[in-house]
Amino acid sequence: MAVITMREALNQALSEEMERDGRVILMGEEVAEYQGAYKVSSGLLQKFGAKRVLDTPISESGFAGLGVGAAMQGLRPVVEFMTWSFSMVAYDQIVNNAGAIRYMSGGQYSIPIVFRGSSGAGLQVGATHSHTPENWYANVPAMTVITPAFPDDAKGLLKSAIRSNNPVCFIENEKLYGFKGEVPEGDVLTTIGQARICREGSQVTLIANSASTHVALASAEQLAADGISAEVVDLRTIKPLDIPTILASVVKTSRVVIVEENKPFAGWGAQVAYEIQHRAFDSLDAPIERVTGLDVPQPYARVLEQAVMPSAERVTEAAKKTLG
Amino acid sequence: MASSGAKKVRSKEKPGNSPAMLPTLTPSERVDLLRKMVLIRRFEQKAAQAFMQAKIRGFCHLYIGQEAVAVGSISTLHPTDAVITAYRDHGHALARGMSSRECMAELFGKITGCSRGKGGSMHFFSKEKHFHGGHGIVGGQTPLAAGIAFAQKYNGTGEVTVCYLGDGAVNQGAFHEALNLAALWKLPVIYVIENNEYSMGTHQSRSSAGYPLVKRADGYDMAGITANGNDVDDVREKMWDAVQLARTESLPSLVEIKTYRYRGHSMSDPGNYRTKEEIAERKKESEPISMFKERLYKEKVLTEKEYEEIERQSVAEAEDAIAFAEASAEPEVATVFEDIHAPEDQIAEFRPPIGS
Repeated sequence: MAVITMREALNQALSEEMERDGRVILMGEEVAEYQGAYKVSSGLLQKFGAKRVLDTPISESGFAGLGVGAAMQGLRPVVEFMTWSFSMVAYDQIVNNAGAIRYMSGGQYSIPIVFRGSSGAGLQVGATHSHTPENWYANVPAMTVITPAFPDDAKGLLKSAIRSNNPVCFIENEKLYGFKGEVPEGDVLTTIGQARICREGSQVTLIANSASTHVALASAEQLAADGISAEVVDLRTIKPLDIPTILASVVKTSRVVIVEENKPFAGWGAQVAYEIQHRAFDSLDAPIERVTGLDVPQPYARVLEQAVMPSAERVTEAAKKTLG
Repeated sequence: MASSGAKKVRSKEKPGNSPAMLPTLTPSERVDLLRKMVLIRRFEQKAAQAFMQAKIRGFCHLYIGQEAVAVGSISTLHPTDAVITAYRDHGHALARGMSSRECMAELFGKITGCSRGKGGSMHFFSKEKHFHGGHGIVGGQTPLAAGIAFAQKYNGTGEVTVCYLGDGAVNQGAFHEALNLAALWKLPVIYVIENNEYSMGTHQSRSSAGYPLVKRADGYDMAGITANGNDVDDVREKMWDAVQLARTESLPSLVEIKTYRYRGHSMSDPGNYRTKEEIAERKKESEPISMFKERLYKEKVLTEKEYEEIERQSVAEAEDAIAFAEASAEPEVATVFEDIHAPEDQIAEFRPPIGS
């Protein structure tokens, strides 16, 4: 199997799906001539032409809404936000239009659209550019929210997202674009809504997504060095949550640490904690711990930002707390 | 009857092909325009009554006074062209050929409503009639219209999109983003500002800088056209130019249609921001139904007796719609979980059953 980067895996997914279905188009800032701000769309303009790969003005509300309108008419747009931090100026279009037109019309429309782009903190880009918005969009009833952590999932899940007949927020993490992994060639889909056990263990379950999965894996190494066996569950999809996989792991380990980069209040980890205590209360041997981004706007200075981000050390400490 | 100060902007000096002329309507087609305007008026009056009886709840924005805009403009379209509007949507839906019954039933929140009782007054939809809503957020529909027009162009269908908005919406960012995209990508879309002078209770003189509003077209190098929204013939004539531009050259335009609403912003509006005299005066000088009716009398294509018959039929249709809505069933509570997601057909269904 080829070892490629996350950005190459995403590029393959886009290219293969555009090849397969003439209704798939890609639009966003700098996706065409510039080849993508993060090079995810590299070469696609040359392959598919300007009719299908469109540079937009810096008008997130305008082009996100344009994508929704095109989806109402049967196209299958992939709308790139250069970063999800910029999606906030398109919030009305994503929430009220992509999120509610099918329902408000009594089921007359399908909205097959993928909003995608980079997200996340840790690269010293300050408060406005560092958001991890999966919990905001997971609050929209119709929305599917996907946050891949590995290149094979990035490809397989993006292909599935493009083939879904419903709106998807596909939230990549900037820190992972250069991350390499084995990716199967060709038409391999990853099922949306299934978590992945990316490290087996027996004493504590670390539940994470996206870049936080790598923080959890680093913590699991630290814990192993101390003789503690941690299982790492990568959610892959935030909505719908794979509750059966989560519960199976909790039943096995009886202890849980949730690791999420977003802010704590009403973060997705709060929902996961609710589901676990509600469905597996008797399996728990300790209160569930959460390691999140700290509840402050993202600071610039490196030392401050590192303090705000979930770290392997904080996860390890939380895991040890569950073990008493 | 272009209003003073409005500059007519063309992106080309001369169109490549001279556009087809506005078709002359037969006498019966002209009477049909009047019939539609009267039907909208009577439908809205019945809706107002039902609202006062608390049979219609929520927000209810009436189209009374603006009928010539929707009827005149939609009469220039093909049945497969797209129409999209904001929350004052009853008139456009009826002008587009949606039935009084499905519209009234939606207002009553019944399962027989055009949106199965899930949309309400502000969210009428009929994909079958190419009426794409009914949108509740001011200006939020304007990028959707650009997208519908984008798809029409992408698929080479030759169809066009008409997007209505109020004068209050011209100050929303989404509107300007949509105009820029439409002009930049040469999309076959016509943005129609229905200028009724008030954004809710704020007169345009207190909400917008830069008159006439159609001047906003200049900044995007789009055609800017104005029409008298009290005169259905003028609306037809001016809209025809815009529709031809979109259909034959795939160019967008901005059409400002001057109109006036005789009722409050919504049924909940006591209307303290303008005087009764102002409304009475506007009705007296330019009431669109009377104006057109008198013209048809003069043209000898309509008699008073025939007009009375139109009135009688319109009232009967509105009453029938009320009776239908009242007799229709409430939605089963189980339908609350329907219409959230479209069925998947290219990938396996991946969502657990709702409520599990």
